[in-house]
Amino acid sequence: MTLVDWMPFCVLAPLIAAPVCALLPGRRAPWLLTLAAVACSALISGWLLPAAIQAPLSYAFGNWPPPIGIEYRVDAVNALLAVLISAIALVTLPWMRQSVDAEVPERQGPFYALFLLALAGLMGIVMTGDAFNVFVFLEISSLSTYALVAHGRRRGALLSAYRYLIMGTLGATFYLIGVGLLYIMTGTLNMADLAARIPEVADTRAVRAAFVFIMIGLGLKLALFPLHRWLPGAYANAPSAVTVFLASTATKVAVYVMLRMVFGVFGIEFARQMPYQDIFMILGAAGILFGSIQAIGQPTAKRMLAYSSVAQVGYIALAISLLSVEGLAAGLVHVVNHALMKGALFMAVGAVIFRLGTNRIGDFAGLAREMPLTMLAFALAGLSLIGVPLTAGFVSKWALLQAAIDEGLWLVVAVVAAGSLLAVIYLGRIIEAAWLRPAPEGRGPVREVGLWMQLPLWLLVIANFWFGIDTTMTLGTATQGAALLIGSPP
Amino acid sequence: MSPVTDPAQHAVLMLVVPLAGALLISLTGRWPNVRDGLMLVTAATLFVLATGLVDPVLHGNGVSLVLAEPFPGLALALDIEPLGLVFTLLASLLWLVTSVYAIGYMRGNREARQTPFFAFFAISIAATMGVAMSGNLLTLFVFYEVLTLSTWPLVTHKRNDAARAGGRTYLGVLLLGSFALLLPAIVWTWSVAGTTDFTPGGILAGRIDPLPAAILLTLFVLGTAKAAVMPMHRWLPAAMVAPTPVSALLHAVAVVKAGVFTILKVVIYIFGLDFLAGVPAERYLVWLAGFTVISASVVALKQVEIKRLLAYSTISQLSYIVLAALVLAPLAEIGAGVHVVAHAFGKITLFFCAGAIYVASKKTRVDQLDGIGRRMPWTMVAFAIGALSMIGVPPTAGFVSKWYIIAGAFQADDLFVLAVLVASTALNAAYFLPIVYRAFFRRESDAPAVDHREAPWPMVVALTFTAAATIAFFVFNAPVVEIESRVLEVSR
Repeated sequence: MTLVDWMPFCVLAPLIAAPVCALLPGRRAPWLLTLAAVACSALISGWLLPAAIQAPLSYAFGNWPPPIGIEYRVDAVNALLAVLISAIALVTLPWMRQSVDAEVPERQGPFYALFLLALAGLMGIVMTGDAFNVFVFLEISSLSTYALVAHGRRRGALLSAYRYLIMGTLGATFYLIGVGLLYIMTGTLNMADLAARIPEVADTRAVRAAFVFIMIGLGLKLALFPLHRWLPGAYANAPSAVTVFLASTATKVAVYVMLRMVFGVFGIEFARQMPYQDIFMILGAAGILFGSIQAIGQPTAKRMLAYSSVAQVGYIALAISLLSVEGLAAGLVHVVNHALMKGALFMAVGAVIFRLGTNRIGDFAGLAREMPLTMLAFALAGLSLIGVPLTAGFVSKWALLQAAIDEGLWLVVAVVAAGSLLAVIYLGRIIEAAWLRPAPEGRGPVREVGLWMQLPLWLLVIANFWFGIDTTMTLGTATQGAALLIGSPP
Repeated sequence: MSPVTDPAQHAVLMLVVPLAGALLISLTGRWPNVRDGLMLVTAATLFVLATGLVDPVLHGNGVSLVLAEPFPGLALALDIEPLGLVFTLLASLLWLVTSVYAIGYMRGNREARQTPFFAFFAISIAATMGVAMSGNLLTLFVFYEVLTLSTWPLVTHKRNDAARAGGRTYLGVLLLGSFALLLPAIVWTWSVAGTTDFTPGGILAGRIDPLPAAILLTLFVLGTAKAAVMPMHRWLPAAMVAPTPVSALLHAVAVVKAGVFTILKVVIYIFGLDFLAGVPAERYLVWLAGFTVISASVVALKQVEIKRLLAYSTISQLSYIVLAALVLAPLAEIGAGVHVVAHAFGKITLFFCAGAIYVASKKTRVDQLDGIGRRMPWTMVAFAIGALSMIGVPPTAGFVSKWYIIAGAFQADDLFVLAVLVASTALNAAYFLPIVYRAFFRRESDAPAVDHREAPWPMVVALTFTAAATIAFFVFNAPVVEIESRVLEVSR
């Protein structure tokens, strides 16, 4: 079998493993099967990346030639995303075990099956070159995610999952309507084919409507301000393990689909004719400011980080709205970097929840003494979120600032700077509590979490610094992918 | 120390040694004597290493190397030039002295958490070395931020409400400057010039119009909040909640000098004096710096806390350097460079004295100092020497730099700068001399709670040394002046 023949197994491995996993009893077996499937997915996508950077890879399902059958088409952009998603899943798994044991004590087989389905869905969205197939995988990942969120132990989890379900379904429906319109106008669902045929009908109301539907649908999925309302509750109430995985992958995949649709399918010229740039720039900037300011007042660490995610999506939207290679590269690199930093931050908070059972900001008081490694990891990942030099977050900030300054957009520069400073404030609340305040009286001794929670956490923290210094894999690939997307027809 | 074979390795060692020191300090926290001994050894090693760089920088082909390349074409690179050389020598020498002092202070004061304190101190020094040796703006920014963050635990050392509030202001103002002004300025420079390397003669000439250039320079001067040009000065008084060794070395020498050093580097190596002379709006910044010199002195007049008074004096003195740099006359640039050194010796002496007074008598206010000169003669004589240097009276270090700055002002026919210097000299005298008078010529109003003498001997040794250096610099300033003048030769 060649590399291309292995390609679909990125998606198939978790998809096949999921039903088996659901039937497995106990705790150990489902976890091990999940680990095997995820490792398989990660290995293949890691193997794909270098090849995909060279030239796009294409796999036709059932040997139906592409415009007719479903095609998996992987270039620098999706290969990077595929590696990111599967790697995050792989890193999260060892961390998950204890946390899931504590938060989802029973029926872990179905839980891990849902996790696998969510992963399969996300990988599918990233790999496929078919606009309708995206919808199918979007639903697979979303439905399993709703169920995962509902596993949260608090009552709010059900309400949040329900809210997420409504908004997510709305988003998917909007997307589907858009794709339907495109199919009516062009008679194809293959993305490359769509890109070739849209210019002929670009001036019709139906295609413009399709663009708007797709953008709103995806805007809901990626939690773009003001369509973000589902996100904080879902992140805060889901089991910690789910939050770690969701926060670093789910919205990123929606960003990817939007990039692919805007640049790969509709094309940059089409986007320029629509008020895409203005709307996304304003919403992105508003998201940064609103999300960051909201984050400051949140009572719990998870909600705070969730609002911070709304802000980070704002950065990505802002970067993409510049409609330049530099801007697109900045957006893409932040997709990767944000996954690394948010994953680490949620892992650290998850570790605190594992020990304390709570994550209210006040409960972090004095924790630096009792959980020094976890809190140090939190602080270091926090530096990356702020965008301090030598971290991955700085690379994103630099790329975004450079793209904005090249275009002379000084207001964007101001918003980005404001975002960093607001991040200092909301993260500072926890740092100050953990280091500068004494532990509350009456709290028993708190033990540091064990090796299996530390290792993945620190792996992500180190990745944050690694990709802050050596950016060939992140910024390099992102720039290449951006050039590819913008250069792709028309 | 072995003879210098590869200066580039040497430069890397300058970063590694204090970091290794920080590690050793944190590992040996259980044995305070071992820990403090290691700290002294580290500091001494660093100073010896720094002296080893003098020859290759002045007589060799320069010392430069690339550490990493995070962005295509934009590296993390070290490149030591004369200005940076002086800064490394100054900071490493004074770290050694401050280490001696700090051991006395922390033990005499029975401070808690000494191990993390000394460890972060060492990290701050590593960052300072990085700032001094940076080869381009990106590298400088990296170390500048490391310095900001690694000093925050020192500022908040006491962990009480005042420390938390001080820490917030400290980080708030410094990060506001770096993220909102300095970083955009650096990215802008990179975007316009395609490089951020410190290049003799500057890199911006012909690449940017005068008006944007003036805005860019403003971003640099205000964004470098460590230089404490008003209105970005608020962090410095806030930082005074830190233990006095921090105030002495970091907030009178390393951190603030990293700020003015950045501005000097930007003026000389990014803009270039000739290009800046053609930027008319540059004048506004001269006025702003002049305003800072005067108004910070006026504020200092009203301070009753010794350390806050010294902090405002520092703000004023830092703007001397910014002012001198922006006069754009060769002699003034030399004066700016010399003042970095001259002010360092005088101000660290003053802080050492304030700390010694606190440890011996727990006094922190000016009005409590009546007659203290009789109990602590060494300390108060040193204080008087430091004060005279701030005013600029011979035979102290402050006179030397002031001489050059005034000469530069004449060179440029700059009456405004002259007026500022004269007024500020009068103001400095007005707030420093009364303290000296109180200490020696007034009687103790009522007996202190504890009958005290001098502070522990390591502190007295340290402050005597720096006071002596303040006087010695008046006579033996030739090497520094010579090195500083090379900066201009090279950039011509």
